[in-house]
Amino acid sequence: MSTASEKILARASGRDGVKAGEIVKARVDTAMMPDVTSVLAIEAMKKMGAESVWDPNRVVVILDHVAPPSSVNSARVHALIRGFAKEQDLKHFYDVESGVCHQILPEQGHVRPSTVVIGADSHTCTHGAFGAFATGVGSTDMGAVLARGKTWLRVPETIKVDVNGSLGEHVYAKDVVLRVAKEIGVSGATYMALEYTGETVADLTVAGRMTLCNMAIEMGAKTGICSPDHKTFAWLRSHGMDIDESDALHPDPDSCYRRTVELDVTGMPPMVACPHNVDNVKPVTEDSDIEINQAFIGSCTNGRLEDLRQAHAILKGRQVHRDVRLLVVPASRGVYKEALDEGIVTDLVDAGAVVSNPSCAACFGGHIGLLGPGERGIATSNRNFRGRQGSPEAEVYLSSAAVAAASALTGHITHPEEVE
Amino acid sequence: MKIKGRVWKYGHDVNTDYIIPGRYMELTDPGEMAAHVFEEHDPTFRKGVRKGDTVVGATNFGCGSSREHAPLALKHAGVGCVLAESFARIFYRNAINIGLPALECPRIHDSVSNGDAVEIDVTGGTVRNLDTGAELKFNPLPPFMVEVLNAGGLVPYLKETEEW
Repeated sequence: MSTASEKILARASGRDGVKAGEIVKARVDTAMMPDVTSVLAIEAMKKMGAESVWDPNRVVVILDHVAPPSSVNSARVHALIRGFAKEQDLKHFYDVESGVCHQILPEQGHVRPSTVVIGADSHTCTHGAFGAFATGVGSTDMGAVLARGKTWLRVPETIKVDVNGSLGEHVYAKDVVLRVAKEIGVSGATYMALEYTGETVADLTVAGRMTLCNMAIEMGAKTGICSPDHKTFAWLRSHGMDIDESDALHPDPDSCYRRTVELDVTGMPPMVACPHNVDNVKPVTEDSDIEINQAFIGSCTNGRLEDLRQAHAILKGRQVHRDVRLLVVPASRGVYKEALDEGIVTDLVDAGAVVSNPSCAACFGGHIGLLGPGERGIATSNRNFRGRQGSPEAEVYLSSAAVAAASALTGHITHPEEVE
Repeated sequence: MKIKGRVWKYGHDVNTDYIIPGRYMELTDPGEMAAHVFEEHDPTFRKGVRKGDTVVGATNFGCGSSREHAPLALKHAGVGCVLAESFARIFYRNAINIGLPALECPRIHDSVSNGDAVEIDVTGGTVRNLDTGAELKFNPLPPFMVEVLNAGGLVPYLKETEEW
């Protein structure tokens, strides 16, 4: 009678069973920190009196948000973190060439089903796509994890998100999760977990499930989670992991859910989240007169190979609208190389795209691809808060890579079917 | 623990980008973070905030990024307490962890006006509006969090706690 989160957190805290609402001290299997939150976490760890991390094999550090550094200060921060990785003899340190932390983590074998993944980044919930209990924390919490290898967690209530029906042409996981956000709202899942189930979720690729779980935080959730299946295990094995399927925990059919959200996505059009909240979601056709200055395809939400393929299918042999700058940022070096091998990068560059090195890039407004006052951007990333991608007088719309690519072609928000 | 100051009132979904934009995440000195708090959301805040002032939000205060820069910037600008009808969970943890009381207080948003003087009794669980005399109760913090807050945050708490 337990949800996936209850089962995983019971195992991680050495208990037979735990229930939503309890506070547990959970053993952490993987601790991840990116560049922008590491220094404060390292300081916290040292101030707690710990000289070294609890396990240098379980700490993953990734320089991704401002990669390569765009200022003297970010270069200084990176140098401090590199020094820490050396001093602590960390086995898994990824420098600026690697890519976005939430893509690197599973690609490099740091995420296993039914484990606890704690990251000093809010989108750590992405790893629930592999059946892990994965959640974001701040730097002081991360400092405690580095020092002790444990963290305290309130066992979350769970909302079951049951998605059924077949996705139409040009409709993807991003459209599904935006539709879910419209239903649940930006704080409708605060402190809770989202369990994604249903035939549509089963039909999605692992990359698509990562998109679903990635945006759980945009509804306030502590994590999103998909029960691991043959696709999950095949994906993990193809990334070099040795997996024992019988070790994976699955929710009981009679689990106690806070509520169930049922969605039938048959016939659903592509969706767009309009400024300045992620739940301000409308069908793409309702926004089609909105002109854009920038399209950004990338991030831990939608910077994977299948996203670049969507963009490529639309942009190959054509030209980006002259009033639009198109920024394409693969989520990792692995994705980048595959896109190079498939000829995607060449065709996108020919179409007029700026293809940049793997990093968080325009998503959080930290370094490249910012918007000026009065400008409007469409982005495949996860937040459209005012000022998120540059000027507070700019506007950000969120969509799939297909909609972003179609919009880059026409100069206004566009349903991909219009440019076929 | 009692906190007395004036109210800075904002609305729903005050996100971490409003509190401190992403481009300042490269900062590591809380004093420098404080210099940019609410820089674009409310440019009057930084100049006007006084030690002990309270920031009041409606629902989902602190949503968005995991950046601890957000509560650190507020605390080091002088903010004594954040009251909201509900908080986003990472901000909530971060605030308690750095010793900034974040208190869930139903109906707070409608019960105070910008600039009101308030007194918050963190352990007693009450907010008193010194201008109107109205008193509200907030949801008590879990005992574990009270211990962390009383210690001054998670760093001093863990320094003295072997069992974890």
